Amino acid sequence: MNDIAARRRRRRRMDAASHWLFLLAIVVALAVLAILLWDLLSTGLPRLSWSFLTSHASRFADRTGILAPLVGSFYVIVLTAAFALPVGVATAVFLEFYAEGDRPSPLRQSLTQFLKLNIDNLAGVPSIVYGLFGLAFFVRWMQLGRSILAAALTLALMVLPVIIVNTREAIRAVPPSLAHGAYALGASKTQVIFTVILPAALGGILTATILSVSRALGESAPLLAVGAWVYVTSLPRTPLDSFTVLPVQIYYWAGMPQKAFQEVASAGILVLLALLLSLNGIAIWLRSKYQKKAEW
Amino acid sequence: MAVVMANPAVQGSRAGGFVVRNLDLFYGAHQALHQISMTIPERAVTAIIGPSGCGKSTFLRCLNRMNDLVPDARIQGHVSFRGEDLYAPGADPMAIRYRIGMIFQKPNPFPKSIYENVAFGPRINGYDGDLDDIVEASLRRAALWDEVKDRLRKPALALSGGQQQRLCIARALAVNPEVLLMDEPTSALDPIATGKIEELMTSLKQEYTIVLVTHSMQQAARVSDYTAFFLDGRLVEMDRTERIFSAPSDRRTEDYITGRFG
Ligand SMILES: Nc1ncnc2c1ncn2[C@@H]1O[C@H](COP(=O)(O)OP(=O)(O)OP(=O)(O)O)[C@@H](O)[C@H]1O
Ligand SMILES: [Mg+2]
Repeated sequence: MNDIAARRRRRRRMDAASHWLFLLAIVVALAVLAILLWDLLSTGLPRLSWSFLTSHASRFADRTGILAPLVGSFYVIVLTAAFALPVGVATAVFLEFYAEGDRPSPLRQSLTQFLKLNIDNLAGVPSIVYGLFGLAFFVRWMQLGRSILAAALTLALMVLPVIIVNTREAIRAVPPSLAHGAYALGASKTQVIFTVILPAALGGILTATILSVSRALGESAPLLAVGAWVYVTSLPRTPLDSFTVLPVQIYYWAGMPQKAFQEVASAGILVLLALLLSLNGIAIWLRSKYQKKAEW
Repeated sequence: MAVVMANPAVQGSRAGGFVVRNLDLFYGAHQALHQISMTIPERAVTAIIGPSGCGKSTFLRCLNRMNDLVPDARIQGHVSFRGEDLYAPGADPMAIRYRIGMIFQKPNPFPKSIYENVAFGPRINGYDGDLDDIVEASLRRAALWDEVKDRLRKPALALSGGQQQRLCIARALAVNPEVLLMDEPTSALDPIATGKIEELMTSLKQEYTIVLVTHSMQQAARVSDYTAFFLDGRLVEMDRTERIFSAPSDRRTEDYITGRFG
């Protein structure tokens, strides 16, 4: 009896201790974040203005602006999503529904397994590797040059595995009973996929796409490899034009010796952060919207 | 061994619905159905009863080829409906499921509006007439119209469980099937919703052939005309429901329906 009471007390002490330990961990993490943000805001905020957003780069910190990289980043991620979303969803649908065939054979099953494993692994490949591949394949071999198109294709390759993996998850999360309901009404496999499964998985697919595109937005290494310029004073008109993007521009400014350019870099980071936050906000909104629909 | 169904009570009256002969079904190496032979009459409710795992759902899925969707299910034997071999080499499972509808144990409306749920079947089967009429007629036949007529565009998932199940029945009726296969359609519902669905079955059997899997002896006794008792993947006996419940010919049937089983 006493023994049980003592053990219960000890467990309660353990509970309290772990509570404080985890709280400490999150406080440390948040404190670091807050300091970073404070530093950024105090140096960058004074530089942030409408003219900063609408001016081209300049040799003078007071006159320089972020227009070209802002527009460049926008074009690049829109094109990236335009390539990666359809190809990713189609690949996931193929892997989930068609790869093994209607009468699965051991050979097809192991081939499909092999493919899936490799796609999972590709999601972990460092981005610079995609950049070097993009340089060799899109820029040089396909002769796309240092263009928006080459950059978007490279980033699309980079986010493709993430989109495929997440789309497959979203598809598998759709209850099989829905598919059975459609089959029982005489639907074909293709009809079941397009009228029931994909619409039900849409929330998950879009969330994954937005999150992976926001990862692409923050990337600089692969874009340096495929040749983003750092000093661009005209806006791109076609996908084959040269370009720069926010992270590359920020990286360039941060490397300048003048203190004024450090402040400009901070202002650039604030713009980038605002974009990332709004993309993530959209993703959260989408998810809650579709979740509500599913729970109703 | 083959259980040969030669029951005049069943064959005489309204033969010619489903005819099943020597049906075996295997899930991989596991045999789930053994030599099932029976005749399911048209325009009547046939109940299938038996303990959990005896193969009732498996058997039901053989009647509209839903087992095709289970990757390692393999079937032997003969199943025909109105004289048409459902497993003939050229038979089209989609056309079969269009004629032979199915209601599942758990209501499974699509995450779409009430209207879209009912219109789904006609749409995917290429119907291009007036969907409004079909939707209304189907909801009326499923005794749901009055409860939902003001919110047809609202999400189906906002309905109660019993309403969802009647919506699923309306969805199945919308393609004008000849048969309704119902796999424990009321097991997730309260007595009131159950009562509504049982009433529905009684009225629908004027036009439709209904096969009902149920764990409730009372339900089988209340709504069915014929009852088949399954045990361990085998058909023990099938007869008119009154006979099964008053004077079954097999001892095991009696033990099961009086609850003295296992
Ligand atoms: N997809 C499947 N793959 C392998 N075995 C299965 C599958 N579905 C059912 N079985 C097996 O076949 C047997 C019959 O299952 P079935 O679902 O037809 O039983 P049931 O009579 O409907 O039971 P319940 O009353 O619990 O619904 C069981 O032993 C079950 O484990
Ligand atoms: Mg069952």
